[in-house]
Amino acid sequence: MAKTNIKSADKIKANGSIHHHSRNEGIPFDLDLIKDIKINKSAVERRASTIGTRRSVKKEWQAAWLLRAITCIDLTTLSGDDTPGNVHRLCAKARQPVRQDILKALEMDDQNLTVGAVCVYHNLISEAKKALKGSNIPIAAVSTGFPAGQITLAQKLKQIELSVKAGATEIDIVISRALVLTGEWAKLYDEIAQMRKACGEAHMKTILATGELSTLTNVAKASMVAMMAGSDFIKTSTGKESVNATLPVSLVMIRMIRAYEEQTGYKVGFKPAGGIRTAKQALEWLILMKEELGNEWLRNDLFRFGASGLLTDIERQLEHYVTGRYSAVYRHPMA
Amino acid sequence: MKVKEIFETMDYGIAPESSIVAQDWLNKHKGQFQLFIDGKWQTPTSKKYFSSDSPSTKTHLAKIAEANVKDVDKAVKAAKKALPEWLSIGAHNRARYLYALARQIQKHSRLFAVLESLDNGKPIRETRDLDIPLVARHFYHHAGWAQVRDTELSDYKEVGVVGQIIPWNFPLLMLSWKIAPALAMGNTVVLKPAEFTSLTALLFAEICQQVGLPKGVVNIITGAGDTGAALVSHPEVNKIAFTGSTEVGRIIRRATAGTGKKVSLELGGKSPFIVFEDADLDSVVEGVVDAIWFNQGQVCCAGSRLLVQENIAQQLYKKLKSRMKKLRLGNSLDKSIDIGAIVDKVQLKTISELVEQGIADGGKIYQPDNGCPKEGYYYPPTLFTDVSPSATIAQVEIFGPVLVAMTFRTHEEAVALANNTRYGLAASLWTENINLALDVAPKIKAGTVWINCTNVFDAASGFGGYRESGFGREGGLEGLYEYLKPKVEDELKSHPVLNKSSVKANKKSKVTGNEAPNIDRTAKLYVGGKQTRPDGGYSLSVLNPKGEVIGEVAQGNRKDIRNAVEAAHANKKWGEMTGHAKAQVLYYLAENLFIRKEEFANRISAMTSNSIAVAQNEVDLSIQRIYTYAALADKYDGHVHHTTQRNVTLAMPEALGVMGIVCPEEFPLLGFVSTVLPAITMGNSVVVIPSERAPLSATDFYQILDTSDVPGGTVNIVTGGKDELTEVLAGHDDVDGLWYFGTAAGSKMVEYKSADNMKRTWVNYGKFRNWTDNKQGEGREFLRKASQTKNIWIPYGE
Repeated sequence: MAKTNIKSADKIKANGSIHHHSRNEGIPFDLDLIKDIKINKSAVERRASTIGTRRSVKKEWQAAWLLRAITCIDLTTLSGDDTPGNVHRLCAKARQPVRQDILKALEMDDQNLTVGAVCVYHNLISEAKKALKGSNIPIAAVSTGFPAGQITLAQKLKQIELSVKAGATEIDIVISRALVLTGEWAKLYDEIAQMRKACGEAHMKTILATGELSTLTNVAKASMVAMMAGSDFIKTSTGKESVNATLPVSLVMIRMIRAYEEQTGYKVGFKPAGGIRTAKQALEWLILMKEELGNEWLRNDLFRFGASGLLTDIERQLEHYVTGRYSAVYRHPMA
Repeated sequence: MKVKEIFETMDYGIAPESSIVAQDWLNKHKGQFQLFIDGKWQTPTSKKYFSSDSPSTKTHLAKIAEANVKDVDKAVKAAKKALPEWLSIGAHNRARYLYALARQIQKHSRLFAVLESLDNGKPIRETRDLDIPLVARHFYHHAGWAQVRDTELSDYKEVGVVGQIIPWNFPLLMLSWKIAPALAMGNTVVLKPAEFTSLTALLFAEICQQVGLPKGVVNIITGAGDTGAALVSHPEVNKIAFTGSTEVGRIIRRATAGTGKKVSLELGGKSPFIVFEDADLDSVVEGVVDAIWFNQGQVCCAGSRLLVQENIAQQLYKKLKSRMKKLRLGNSLDKSIDIGAIVDKVQLKTISELVEQGIADGGKIYQPDNGCPKEGYYYPPTLFTDVSPSATIAQVEIFGPVLVAMTFRTHEEAVALANNTRYGLAASLWTENINLALDVAPKIKAGTVWINCTNVFDAASGFGGYRESGFGREGGLEGLYEYLKPKVEDELKSHPVLNKSSVKANKKSKVTGNEAPNIDRTAKLYVGGKQTRPDGGYSLSVLNPKGEVIGEVAQGNRKDIRNAVEAAHANKKWGEMTGHAKAQVLYYLAENLFIRKEEFANRISAMTSNSIAVAQNEVDLSIQRIYTYAALADKYDGHVHHTTQRNVTLAMPEALGVMGIVCPEEFPLLGFVSTVLPAITMGNSVVVIPSERAPLSATDFYQILDTSDVPGGTVNIVTGGKDELTEVLAGHDDVDGLWYFGTAAGSKMVEYKSADNMKRTWVNYGKFRNWTDNKQGEGREFLRKASQTKNIWIPYGE
């Protein structure tokens, strides 16, 4: 298998976090890598259902893991009614995701803890940029006709270029679901590869919109094609489909990440998005990553949560750990 | 540990489940438990107590009473005394008690889970998420069966007092598998838990008190092998249900031989886990984890033999090894472990020795360095590759976290390897090809076949073995019969019931004299569809009741039985025919018998001195009986069980294989037809020993078989000394089932000798049926005895 252009490890990423691995440059389209993929849904569901029951993370471990989860959050607002005002608030929260007194109690106040990135629509990149100035927090923009992707490829590429130009260092693209449903894998590869090229230095997260791909086998194949085409991350959902991130879907995608690494040596990141609202869920996903891929995938260069409400629940759990008292939402500054 | 440190390492911490409530419960009993007999805690007559320890930490948990012969007798008497009231309260009230037990178990589920985990060493995750929920489900499910017993199973009644002996690997779950169906069907129970793991059974005794179960309905006696032996041999126990080793199962079968006690045995296994090339390999890996590293591999149906298609073997081994590195071992109450402690140092030693043997036999061993805890009895997950079927570890049940891998080239070879074992408890097969899955599943000799899943259980599905994995089923409709007996059994007589039907001579039928047939016509044996000379070269005279020679038959011997069994095995055709096709052949038999009914009547009359009219009646009844089985050939079918997971659970009745049939002495033709027909209707091939005194109807039947398209080898007939030939059949390891209708002594011999290969037996203990009575002489009960249920689990969803 072609290992093209593997760059030396450990380069410093824009937001200051250590980038331990070389970027996925993609490989030529190889139908052999996907044609025999078979996913057994029932067996996948069985494994997924015991992820959260085979491991338990409690007490100081829970606090530490939840803080780690925060650093992996793409703090997101993707609404029709987004304004400069609420984006500024979101960015402020991204810089200071947990109350300082809580961090102090956890002896974590010297860590400059931030979320992984802020994720917005194109129109709000410049506002986010202003608000995040000096913070090293990356700005992710959803792109390519998000969420449905029902525009021409040329329009998609143009959107990417504009967002990169506007200051987004991460681009969350959506794939053409139709190409999956009709089995046009080579065409899907070409589209994603072109988008990757348009991203340039910006990292590309490829949203599969798994809720619209019908089968787990399709999810697995689409994951593999997206990685072959050079995705830095593969991401479950836009948050706008009727079914978003689930553990079974995630399990299938990360098994493909593992298979792709075995084939090429490239480590590709994973981002579940949509529906992850509780600290307990966050822990389940972290356990899933640790068990199936290993500790490297517990850092934000290879793992992100796409979420808006999750942070609030984590803050409450952290306060509970510190004080022993159950916390209320209003005690934590809103985004 | 500092949060900052963990934030960097992202390690798991310790997450212990609290044992405070369980400890309180032990303390409440002052760390010492008595016997639960007649609804009360009674001190053992033996005055002896033994220690129960926690295998995770080797710490003492409690002292447990040891029941001796007198205590066992007390418990059995209590159960017997309780029986009339338990029956008189009726089905609905029994259902309410079972429902109450289910509820009460659920209410105390965490206490049960913690206690079980402490006592057995298995992970709290398993007791909490699997064992205890399955226990509650078992009682709920059987509360339902209790309610409908009298309507759904109206031809059956309770067995009486049931003795139950259960193992240490799933202590409370095995208790529920035993007690729930027994009580639901109206029996009372004396149960002995395994000496390593008595505690949850004792907590269950308290639950029985709490729900107000009538005293004596459930008795729990603790102790070791001697206690069990006393229970098995107690004359007032009507049935023994045992789960444990094949070795002990065999002892029980021999000890109960001829006593008339019903016996069900759920024994060992060496179950194949078959992976075809098109399987979802990442899911297969998790399947293997569930198969052999569940409960430390101390599972009778553990998928302990991994059979992998050769072209994917290396890939799968690689995946397995990297998965094994992630398995965490530790204290059973730690909520973050996959593998707990082995139940006892004895078991740990057995495992270690077998692994040493495996290395000595040339197997390639892999054990990840996961760090076994120093305290307690732990054994690391172990994978052997490059193992040949002849290696000890490929054959014997290890009962530990040790997986033995072999490769196969073709589907046929996979089936052959899967069946290359004395056991037959379960199998798991992995393929995305439903054609392949449903082709292979029926070919595997195992009571449960899991497709793309493994170690999945539910109360609605039957579980139990083929071959030396024992007989009988637990769970589902099929499991209920172990705790029931047909009401007609009460009508059986201690002397032969002869044809005293007041049949008047049918005036229309032309009777052509009843002089004996020509003495020169000596019947040979019938083997493989051909008449063959007996190996010994001797013949026996057949006498009529007056002592006159009316014919001769071949005197079969051991070798003739051997040849007949081989011929029966060689016949693959009959077993593969559809129900409809078999029915066609059976109707054809009836047709051909009808054509020759006078000849058959004359023969019966000559052998029995019955009037021609009575003999004709026997022929008529025989024709009717053949019709019954032709009718049922495509109607005795299985079920799709309502199990709780998303899957189709097919309960398929399958033939036992090769059966021996020892026909009743009375009714030369009807006795033959009544016993042979149900066996072949289910697809078995049979070796028949006809009536010794009156064998000529069976030998005359050769020509009926020849002219009716019955494939050669389906029915093989060996005439001669009944006891001598029966003993050869009973001692034949390639005979799967044996029916015997003869003396009490013969019945005992059949049961005793059959223990060696655990063949399914059905004997009459010297009691006699009225073969002219359809209720006693035919029906689904006969087909049930000629078959065994295989449950095939087929999860679905794309």
